[in-house]
Amino acid sequence: MQADSSTPTPATSARVRDPGSVGHARGGLGVQFIEFAKRYGARFALRGVSLAIAPGECVALVGPNGSGKTTLLKAAALLIRPSAGRVQFSPASANGSGRDSYEDSAAVKRYLGFVSHSTLLYDDLTAEENLVLFARLYGLDAPEERARAALDPAGLAARGQDLVRNFSRGMRQRLAIARALLAGPKLLLLDEPSTGLDRAGQQWLGAALAHLAAAGCTVLMSTHGAGEAGACVTRAIRLLGGSIAEDSAISGDPRAMLAAALAAHQEA
Amino acid sequence: MALARPIGILLAKELRTEFRTRELLVSTLVFVLIVLVLFSFTFDPTTTEARRFGPGLLWLALLFAGSLMLHPSFTREQSNDTLVALRLAPIEPVSILAAKILANFCFLLVAELVLLPVFAALYNLRILPVLGRLVAVLVLGTLALSIVGTVFAAISSQARMRELLLPLLLLPLLTPALVASAEATAGLFEDPPALAPVWVGVLAAFDTIFLTVTWLFGEYLLEE
Repeated sequence: MQADSSTPTPATSARVRDPGSVGHARGGLGVQFIEFAKRYGARFALRGVSLAIAPGECVALVGPNGSGKTTLLKAAALLIRPSAGRVQFSPASANGSGRDSYEDSAAVKRYLGFVSHSTLLYDDLTAEENLVLFARLYGLDAPEERARAALDPAGLAARGQDLVRNFSRGMRQRLAIARALLAGPKLLLLDEPSTGLDRAGQQWLGAALAHLAAAGCTVLMSTHGAGEAGACVTRAIRLLGGSIAEDSAISGDPRAMLAAALAAHQEA
Repeated sequence: MALARPIGILLAKELRTEFRTRELLVSTLVFVLIVLVLFSFTFDPTTTEARRFGPGLLWLALLFAGSLMLHPSFTREQSNDTLVALRLAPIEPVSILAAKILANFCFLLVAELVLLPVFAALYNLRILPVLGRLVAVLVLGTLALSIVGTVFAAISSQARMRELLLPLLLLPLLTPALVASAEATAGLFEDPPALAPVWVGVLAAFDTIFLTVTWLFGEYLLEE
């Protein structure tokens, strides 16, 4: 079930494995936002966003700070309730029922991977204990073996028994990504995943995303346009003030939008 | 059974983390010890006075310690947004709360069992003849403290002034449980010792009601 690759990897690890192929069926989960709005107090983070992302698409969300990228990712991860509208997973939800996502959240969550601004890791547990904990919560078979197998491609096999509090920012980010890939997600949500990663780490992330995309996994990530992670992008969406300002599916080339986003970010 | 598994996994995580850092247990033990010693200086611990005041002071000390201990149970999930990671997992959200309640219950009970001999010595009380019944009251009272305390720790963790908010919410709401626990404990040190069923009933009802409410609405407490 594991595919080897000669793609460069961080630290000492010699192989990059296809994390999406471990233990779960291949294929992606589409997601559709229907008039989705989220309000915090008087402020709208998202204003009636309607957006359909097909299974297998690799979508980059770009836009300035506060444009709603993180909120959209949290909505897709079922972490926030909408103020209006809804999220639906397509063509059918994970159990094949096609029902609205929130009422069926446990079934859908099994197929979601999420990399946040924060690492979502316990500092007082070792790297391996963190992954074993989440492997158990996701009901994966042989959690210890799965955890060790996930540490290896992230270049953390030798540090598996170290407490996360002793890790550098880049190592934490790699472990956070490994945690998100642990259950073989069909919809991967990444919030600026390149943050803290060195060049080798970014190459590893790019290779991992390419493998997942090849396996049909749907990827939705926020980015400022830079980094290896953007290589697999097939569509770019620019958010502004909680609304969709531009969508490359309509307006054309995603690369041009990523380049413009990077230029805007560097200017800011 | 669907709930038991994630609760067990999360409880094991809580225990592992605590016994590795010993942050909550040590601070709670030290705090209750200091309070009990200070209280013992305020009056002559003859048997009669100790019987009158001891149980109330014990529960008051446990309540203060509980409000200290329960606060970090959710705030330490905030440092890396680990609560988000738990909410992302395909488990019932109430299992996260249930594991926290059980973990806090275990920590408080361990602290109480360590402090019981100290309490008996300082307040000149004989606990051995009533140990079984005393442990039963401690279990019921501590469960009340753990359930309500954990729920309000979850609520207050997302608020500003959270350190102040938890005791403000917790202390009034726990008054019935505190009175029942203190009265039930005081009955055990009377001559002859007696465990009043009415106070045990109040504690059991308190625990059942708050456990049910937590079960029904716990999911909403963990949302942003």
